[in-house]
Amino acid sequence: MADFMSYIYLMWIGNEKVEEGVLQEVKDNVGGIFGVPARIKKVEERPSDAFDPTRGQYSSTKILRWVLRDVPKDAKRVMAITDCDLYIPVLTFVFGEAQLGGKGAIVSTARLRLDLNGFPCPSRLCRARLLKECVHELGHTFGLSHCPSFRCVMSRSNSVLDVDAKSGNLCRDCQSLLIELQKKE
Amino acid sequence: MDKEKTRILVVDDEEIVRDSLAGWLREDGYSVETAADGSSAVDRIKAESWAVLLVDLKMPGIDGLQVLEEARKLQPKASVIIMTAYATVDTAVQAIKMGAYDYLVKPFEPEELSLMMDKLITQQDLMRENILLKKALKQQYGFRDLLSKSPKMQAIFELAKVAGQSHSTILILGESGTGKEVLARAIHAESPRSTGPFVAVSCAALTETLLESELFGHEKGAFTGAILRKKGKFELAHGGTLFLDEIGDISQKLQLDLLRALEERRFYRVGGTDPIHVDARIIAATNRELKKAVEEATFRQDLYYRLNVISINLPPLRERKEDIPFLVDHFVDQLRAEMAKRVEGVSAEAMELLMAYHWPGNVRELRNVLERGAVVAKGPIIQCDDLGLPPSEGEAEPDSSDSLKEMERRHILRVLNEYHWNITRSAQILGIDRVTLYNKIKKYGLRPDDETSPSEE
Repeated sequence: MADFMSYIYLMWIGNEKVEEGVLQEVKDNVGGIFGVPARIKKVEERPSDAFDPTRGQYSSTKILRWVLRDVPKDAKRVMAITDCDLYIPVLTFVFGEAQLGGKGAIVSTARLRLDLNGFPCPSRLCRARLLKECVHELGHTFGLSHCPSFRCVMSRSNSVLDVDAKSGNLCRDCQSLLIELQKKE
Repeated sequence: MDKEKTRILVVDDEEIVRDSLAGWLREDGYSVETAADGSSAVDRIKAESWAVLLVDLKMPGIDGLQVLEEARKLQPKASVIIMTAYATVDTAVQAIKMGAYDYLVKPFEPEELSLMMDKLITQQDLMRENILLKKALKQQYGFRDLLSKSPKMQAIFELAKVAGQSHSTILILGESGTGKEVLARAIHAESPRSTGPFVAVSCAALTETLLESELFGHEKGAFTGAILRKKGKFELAHGGTLFLDEIGDISQKLQLDLLRALEERRFYRVGGTDPIHVDARIIAATNRELKKAVEEATFRQDLYYRLNVISINLPPLRERKEDIPFLVDHFVDQLRAEMAKRVEGVSAEAMELLMAYHWPGNVRELRNVLERGAVVAKGPIIQCDDLGLPPSEGEAEPDSSDSLKEMERRHILRVLNEYHWNITRSAQILGIDRVTLYNKIKKYGLRPDDETSPSEE
């Protein structure tokens, strides 16, 4: 069977316009880390039933389901990025959600833009955080779980402080595991 | 601990809650399954082993607290976390009182859940470590297949170890089921004769003639049916140990023959004329009061002194109740290995019942009761009803020898009636052999039409 080229698709599904150059930066970064070329897909439509008015937040699970309804045939992975504040029902918020060993992931910039007191952070810091979280969630789709090494990008982040503390790269163990997991695909 | 081995069951009637929470936990590397309602959760708790249960409080049908209650009974080692969107102090207090590990109000901070899971896994690691330490302790408290923490038994183990090194005859005294043969085997295994044979004879199981031939062997044609020469147990035990069980039950003639064999270290086969020399260490045992039998002249005094070189008195289980939890753990481990069934332990209520019971059949009875419990238990935890112990027996302990006898009489009669006087089955349940049961039936004058009310003596 012919080995068709496949891509990591990146799509912006936020309410506001995406900041200039952000998607390109994510595209270059994930392409390099996962060794899979990335593409930016323009999407006009937005998920309609994900907003919970009582919480004032968006269900990440519902958005992810919506994203996965229409996946390009040559998509190896689909990564949606939004500016909406995401939640899963039991938690107050999530930075993102991914299908472990699946196809789709989503990351929100909403909390990455702010510090612990809710004040906006410099753009450069926010972009660095976004790059890390995109790699993190995509790492889950390739089958990586959380890493106990706090410097590894796959370590769990419960706050922006955790995101800032970790590097944007996979540790040696996660890197080796990723290679093993990609071979199996 | 390896997180993949930490099995978590998420129970919630909302699909999106189940999926998102399961996904969040899987990202941490846990092995997560979900159940959509209380009843399927209970089914899964019955069928599989879980480390953590995350259970929603409000569900249609069986609610979170009922799942918690079942989980505490079926899998007391699993940690249950109750989740709810409707926080009230009352339900939180109730959940914790019922044994929940924690109570979470939805939605909670990601950090709160992460920290709680870390804390919980650390605690479970400590529990596992505790189990390993207990196993190590078991080795420390054991003497071969015998286990005990009680100082009395520890002293017996020490004596047995020393006695094992000598060639002296050992007399083991103790009620049925206290482990007389197990101790004899342990002594043999610890002795310099351990490479030789261990030959056991139950003296009460055979008639006088048969026992004589069994012990000393016979020559061809010594009696009708003796078509071949047969070696006796004495000869077979050459270089090893001969265990004479129920020695108190042998006839006067055999007592004399045995005394001669022990004194002269030689004997004749039945019908034989050539003396046979053997080198066997003798360990005798009885559940009778041999000293009393000597006073009553039913047991030869000289034989008693010949046997009673080193005397070991095994205490009944009711005198070392501190060993019951320890023995339960040990037997549950054994049963798990023997049976194609997952048995993890006994419930707290069942343990209370086991502790309160007075165990006329001693350790053997405890083993049999647990085996029965493991067979009939619906889940991995043996419950009170599974044990088949009469609840009234556990309420009071006899405080005088008369009432103890009465208790034994009533208990034996109850078991016999329950099993329609099937002697083999009743003996199994009582943890004694058939001969002992026959002796007890005779001793108490029991008959199939007897009532279980106390006798009027």
